[in-house]
Amino acid sequence: MTDQITEPAGTGREVGRSRPRKEDARLVTGQTNWTDNISVTGLLYLAIVRSPMAHARIDRVDVSPALERPGVVAAFSGRDLAGGMGSLPCAWPVTEDIVLPDHPPIAVDEVRYAGDPVAVVVARDRYAAADALEAVEVDYTPLPPVLDLQAALAEGAPLVHADKGTNRCYDWPLATGESFDAVRERADVVLKRRYHQQRLIPNAMEPRAVVVTPLAASGEYTLYSATQIPHVLRIMLSMVTGVPEHKLRVVAPDVGGGFGSKLQVYGEEAIALAVARELGRPVKWTESRSEGFLATHHGRGVIQDIEVAATREGRLLGLKVDLLADMGAYLMLVTPGIPILGAFMYPAIYKMDAYEFNCTGVFTTRTPTDAYRGAGRPEATYAIERIMDELAAELGLDPVELRRRNWIRHEEFPYTSIAGLTYDSGDYEAATEKALALFGYDDLRSEQQKRNERGDTVRLGIGVSTYTEMCGLAPSRVLRDLRYAAGGWEAASIRMLPTGKVEVVTGTSPHGQGHVTCWSQIAADVLGVPFEDVEVVHGDTKAAPQGMDTYGSRSLVVGGAAVHHAARKVVEKARKVAAHLLEASEHDLEFTDGVFSVKGSPDARKTIQEIAFETFSSHDLPDGMEPTINAEHLVDPENFSYPHGTHLCAVEVDTETGRTLIRSYVCVDDVGRVVNPMIVEGQVHGGLAQGIAQALYEEAVYDDEGNLVSGTLADYLVPSAVDLPEFVTDRTETPATSNPLGAKGVGEAGTIASTPAVVGAIVDALRPLGVTDVRMPCTPQRVWEALRDARAQKGETS
Amino acid sequence: MIPAAFDYARPATVAEAVGTLDGAAEDEAKVLAGGQSLLPLLRLRLAFPSLVVDVGRIPELRGVREDGDSLVIGALTTHHDVIRDPLVRRHAGLLAAATATVADPAVRHRGTLGGSLAHADPAGDLPAVALALDAELVAEGPGGRRTVPAREFFVDYLQSALRPDELLVEVRIPKKDGWGFHYEKFSRTAQAWAVVGVAALVRREDGHIAESRIGLTNMGSTPLRASATEAALAGAPVDAVARAAESAADGTQPSADPSASPEYRAHLARVLTRRAVLAALG
Repeated sequence: MTDQITEPAGTGREVGRSRPRKEDARLVTGQTNWTDNISVTGLLYLAIVRSPMAHARIDRVDVSPALERPGVVAAFSGRDLAGGMGSLPCAWPVTEDIVLPDHPPIAVDEVRYAGDPVAVVVARDRYAAADALEAVEVDYTPLPPVLDLQAALAEGAPLVHADKGTNRCYDWPLATGESFDAVRERADVVLKRRYHQQRLIPNAMEPRAVVVTPLAASGEYTLYSATQIPHVLRIMLSMVTGVPEHKLRVVAPDVGGGFGSKLQVYGEEAIALAVARELGRPVKWTESRSEGFLATHHGRGVIQDIEVAATREGRLLGLKVDLLADMGAYLMLVTPGIPILGAFMYPAIYKMDAYEFNCTGVFTTRTPTDAYRGAGRPEATYAIERIMDELAAELGLDPVELRRRNWIRHEEFPYTSIAGLTYDSGDYEAATEKALALFGYDDLRSEQQKRNERGDTVRLGIGVSTYTEMCGLAPSRVLRDLRYAAGGWEAASIRMLPTGKVEVVTGTSPHGQGHVTCWSQIAADVLGVPFEDVEVVHGDTKAAPQGMDTYGSRSLVVGGAAVHHAARKVVEKARKVAAHLLEASEHDLEFTDGVFSVKGSPDARKTIQEIAFETFSSHDLPDGMEPTINAEHLVDPENFSYPHGTHLCAVEVDTETGRTLIRSYVCVDDVGRVVNPMIVEGQVHGGLAQGIAQALYEEAVYDDEGNLVSGTLADYLVPSAVDLPEFVTDRTETPATSNPLGAKGVGEAGTIASTPAVVGAIVDALRPLGVTDVRMPCTPQRVWEALRDARAQKGETS
Repeated sequence: MIPAAFDYARPATVAEAVGTLDGAAEDEAKVLAGGQSLLPLLRLRLAFPSLVVDVGRIPELRGVREDGDSLVIGALTTHHDVIRDPLVRRHAGLLAAATATVADPAVRHRGTLGGSLAHADPAGDLPAVALALDAELVAEGPGGRRTVPAREFFVDYLQSALRPDELLVEVRIPKKDGWGFHYEKFSRTAQAWAVVGVAALVRREDGHIAESRIGLTNMGSTPLRASATEAALAGAPVDAVARAAESAADGTQPSADPSASPEYRAHLARVLTRRAVLAALG
């Protein structure tokens, strides 16, 4: 069944309801502990000297002139701190023979990207620290930058890590089904395209920040960080700095966005911890926006060669994908794995007989890349959806029809894709039919035809993206098979307080998603307590000691499921107490809306909140029962979750100026059962904004020397609400079978789906004029140049 | 994003401000009005003044008045006030229309007309508008006031004809009653600077174009006039616009940045000039 969203998705009163978010009052007023708001007595401020060039040998660092500056307490070079800090970790060595370079938090001998830390200055206030930076003397001998992914692999190319003897980080192949060569033989049509995933700079609203407070007497440290991953960070920083794990508490207070950029173990976090240990004083570091552009990891940065073989009727036979992925200068937490997450998604929702994939990771002298909203799946979805458009054009088929001929039909679920994933549920037909109707597809096609015939200056184009993605990271055994260092479980515990209030302790670490609200809804339904009586504890390794944190659209489908299970355990424990108090058999008890009652005697009743107090007093518990109804539960997911949907975009392209205007955007997403429709819609809107941003606006531009040219928000264009159309969003609902909520992840879906819909629409608008591709971002200039080149080519061939 | 240290002065009158600037050597003192251009430069440490003279609380620098055939706009009048001012709307509609495209509401509430012109950024919208309007800029220095025509005011990239000891006090704009006008701004996002902008003023007479004034934003190191197009339009019929606009980029030297190459900017100038003039003709 689909199309049930008008009914509550759960059985209770809360799940399925658009509850306004509990956390918003403090988030939107800023009356909260953003890391940079934290102040303690004696706090010192760090500022970091960064490399002004992409690649150079460090001949000399002299921090002593900075010590002369007013307010400066200490200053350290990379060498000064090298003894106290090991290499920053990479938790995802994707192959056995991967090249894993050393990554000192502060460069010691060599800088490898513009922005690489070289020294740190410690001062009594942030102004003194900023002023003292210029006093640090550094002598560099420039080395050749490594910027071009193909040239970097050539024999004799300058090396990013000379000791490794190569810029090739790894080759990661996958081949399933028949051989691609075999299906190519029998194909009627073979198309090959190259697409470029430009580098993107994540722009969380809150810049990174870290505060470390040491307790010298006991050797304990509390590290506050604007991070997505307090639990992972604690383990990793313990390993990097040698501060024992049990002496390190990591707190992620309210965090203002991440999009993957705070799924990281950053050098600055290790530096702050090392300096606090060295000085025995609390320290703070907060990045500026332009500093973040250089030193917060980037996303994307992939050259994609994609080849498709098909029959004349448009049936896909096989797919071959070859990637060059820009690692940047170092491997950070999950850098090498990002394109591998995409490896499984190139076949998307389509059936085929052969699939071959290879990814080559390449070092360059640029800011390291790592997860950015979608992480591998947007790249995959873009390439397959774009080449499906090209194939449709080649075969003279409507792009929706071509997809229909190849997608997995709803009655075929569960379906194991050629890449080996088992898609548990979905209904591509239903989502597509709904989207086409909302969009007015046929009317727009006829308008387009008329305008093309008239030769209008402003052309209409229609883009289609029928996507799916894999999220809800992740089954631990799959992670093992992919050589990821950790598991993918998530933890929750429920504390029933004596007064009947409830604390949900979660291992997820929200940074804008609304976990406090959603987890409250889930717990309130299972426990039958008021939504307002639930509070959610998160983001503190002391208060919420177990967790794998938040990324990969995992929190609800893994962490939310853990909350559900833990709450069920609480009910079962409470049932024992209730049966005892009501002098009834457990089997004779009904539990409805938080009330245990004896079947047939409705007056014999106890609320679960009353039982919480009875358990606290412990005056009259069943013999031998532990005096608690608290419970915890850890979920290791049995499968990923596979949201899907159909996105349709109509653009008007001004062929004189090259400007693209999105005229309408319709998306019908299937994210399974929905806990809070308003939050889902917000996630979709934000995701669309970021996907559209890649299509039209954003790009990290480097010059030939390896300097970041788009170094501020004036040059790196992040669209605002004014630049985006009104989104028409709707849903179908095929429940996920891999979690009790039936939910699928929604955090990244909009970003994954939207980029090809927009670019596909632009190409569709210009195809009659001879344009078959526009490189992202499709700036007005690039569109204008594509038209000019197409005209020139037409002139040549005619 | 923390500025280098500087001294700060907040004079209460124009005379006091000029007195503060007097004797300050070049590059040592910077005038702070609305701060929408200067503060980012300071925070990015692209400017290192030793003294910042904040003129933000000098009431005599604010407001709009008539003076015969001219409007006189105080240098400190905010964009927001310019947009809403009835005199500006009646006699210098181009200025009101173009100012409404500047950045976003927050910037328009702080930023000032005088600050925008004195900053002399060729990518700013208002320098080209002032040029098209044949505005005059009144500067006050130790020796008194002098008037600089807009054509002479914009000297180079971020460089005006103001002397280090001078304060821009007012902008005089000849009334353009009866002229059609339009500001055609082409920017990649709503809040971004113009890739190219075209400020057009056109006077019709007996179904012909009598004369035109066309200012170009971001087509060189200073705002420019599309002189060849203006010449081609003088006395021309309305259907001559497309052809006249073909010369809009003549003599310009636009720069390159990630959003646009010089060649593309020149192309845009031609297209946008045609559109601006046609829109101004109504």
